[in-house]
Amino acid sequence: MNTRLTLSLLLAVGLGLSACAKKAPEVLPPDPGGTPAATESAGGDTGAPTPGSQADFVAQMMGQDTIYFDTDRYNIDATDQQALAMQAQWLMKYPAKRITIEGHADERGTREYNLALGERRANAAKNYLVSLGIEPGRISTVSYGKERPVALGSDEASWQRNRRAVTITVD
Amino acid sequence: MKKLIPFLIAAAMPASALLAQDAAPQPTAAEVEEDVVGTLDANDARIAIPAFATNADVPTQTSAGSTSTLGFQIANVIFGDLRNNGLFKPTGPSALPRPALSQVQAPDYGGWRGRGADMLVQGYVRAEAGGNVTVGCYLYDVALGQQTAKAGWTVPPGEWRRAAHKCADMVYSRLSGENPFFDSRVAYIAETGPKNRRMKRLAIMDSDGANHRYLTTGQATALTPRYAPDYKSILYLSYYNGQPRIYIYDLTTDKQRLLLQSSNPLFAPRWSPDGKWILYSMAIGGNTDIYKMPSAGGAAIKLTDAPGIDIGGSFSPDGNRIVFESDRSGSQQVYVMNADGSGQKRISFFGGRAATPEWSPRGDQIAFTHIAGNFRIAVMDPGGGNLRYLTDSWQDEAPTWAPNGRVIQFFRTTRGSGKTGVWQVDLTGKNERKLETPVDGSDPAWGPLRP
Repeated sequence: MNTRLTLSLLLAVGLGLSACAKKAPEVLPPDPGGTPAATESAGGDTGAPTPGSQADFVAQMMGQDTIYFDTDRYNIDATDQQALAMQAQWLMKYPAKRITIEGHADERGTREYNLALGERRANAAKNYLVSLGIEPGRISTVSYGKERPVALGSDEASWQRNRRAVTITVD
Repeated sequence: MKKLIPFLIAAAMPASALLAQDAAPQPTAAEVEEDVVGTLDANDARIAIPAFATNADVPTQTSAGSTSTLGFQIANVIFGDLRNNGLFKPTGPSALPRPALSQVQAPDYGGWRGRGADMLVQGYVRAEAGGNVTVGCYLYDVALGQQTAKAGWTVPPGEWRRAAHKCADMVYSRLSGENPFFDSRVAYIAETGPKNRRMKRLAIMDSDGANHRYLTTGQATALTPRYAPDYKSILYLSYYNGQPRIYIYDLTTDKQRLLLQSSNPLFAPRWSPDGKWILYSMAIGGNTDIYKMPSAGGAAIKLTDAPGIDIGGSFSPDGNRIVFESDRSGSQQVYVMNADGSGQKRISFFGGRAATPEWSPRGDQIAFTHIAGNFRIAVMDPGGGNLRYLTDSWQDEAPTWAPNGRVIQFFRTTRGSGKTGVWQVDLTGKNERKLETPVDGSDPAWGPLRP
């Protein structure tokens, strides 16, 4: 199931993936998601997360679980496309996994508009994943508007980090 | 300044929960108020508000204590109301001698003139057999040496502050010519905790911050409340089930329910002025539009259909039009439409962005958030003309109107910390102050004058 043509196509995009499939530790916790053989999973250096888990997703994405937007925008640019392609690859590897995409906005918008804007951003990410072949039914979205910033400053650098869509896997 | 005054102030007060009564200690029937000549500009009025007298200092079931301390507290609430809107120069009961009961209807004009008072508010408190209290409220023109207005109310012990607010409303209306607004309540979001883990709870309070109450625990983020016009319920947004949905909180039963079942996110609940309609905004596939449904239940009507975000909405007082926010032009701007969704037209052309429009209860102004660098509270006329800024700070947003359309509350966010506070400003923009709330506050929603 993880040897789809699309997968190799995605790899061909040249994402600089850390595709080095290390041997997983001998003893692993039960796999929650009915995922492929553990040996397929590239873990961290030590104490590799359970393949197919959220920790595994975060480790594999290396920051690419989040995409960023310009002020008031929701378009998927080339950088976002690379990140979402990486996410899609992981999702094809673990087809039983579902995800939630959280859409966020920076604090420099009004509250209600930002709720709608976060939803629009999450949907833009969802639509792109669907265009890469991920089943829409596996993807839900939720907007937190400006209510859950990760960067706490009131400056452009912080706002950039907060205008984001974060993919989180659901067991 | 000559002014025609209402036939009888007491008659203009809605009689219902409060039992309007003749206020006079000596049982004279409510007299017809004749025209009174006011010589004062309201802006200059120095108003003396001594402690209210009582016929007998006896215990009451009110939170204020005996009739004597209650008389002091009532004068103090009136003092706070009149002081905080900037129109008057009141002096409160702490700085004034307390008149005897016999003086309530026969003021010592000479003595008050000597103290520099232009106007005098005094009254009395009487404990009733069943636990209720009767409050009489009198307004005198000290310079002219005559009574200007009077009214009285018998209230349950838990509602003694309402009698004080109604007295302040009588004075405010009489001296300013504006409609009353103190006897009203505010729903808002109480905020605590650090910027990235802010707890947001639904809370309510009187217009002066008293009788504060939390309605939700904070386990689910609550946002954007709106009081029903009859004060029986509150619409608000909650993440109770992990997704933003609109709930209706029933204040008579303290129970809440989903406004409507939907797999789509729902935002920005609003009431029509008559309470018969509810506006909400729903996102489908990232595209947000405004809908209208009967509050009694029934099919929803989709009002907007533009690609992009159409959100919010505020009815004109006659219910015929709706002002709302849309980014269909590329950025947030303010639009008006007929209540059936027809005739959509942009009205904000000021540069920058224009958001969160709210139609004044008087119909003459639209308050909104103007974003051009900083966020400022501004007003314009319903045609989009006559932009006027009322505030100038880093981030002020989400105006809400006092019932009389002459005062606005909004929330202010502090740069860096993200701390929020509920603020109030009048239409001159000169009288601005922060409301005292137990914790930080945002999203104030001012209800109408209490029924």
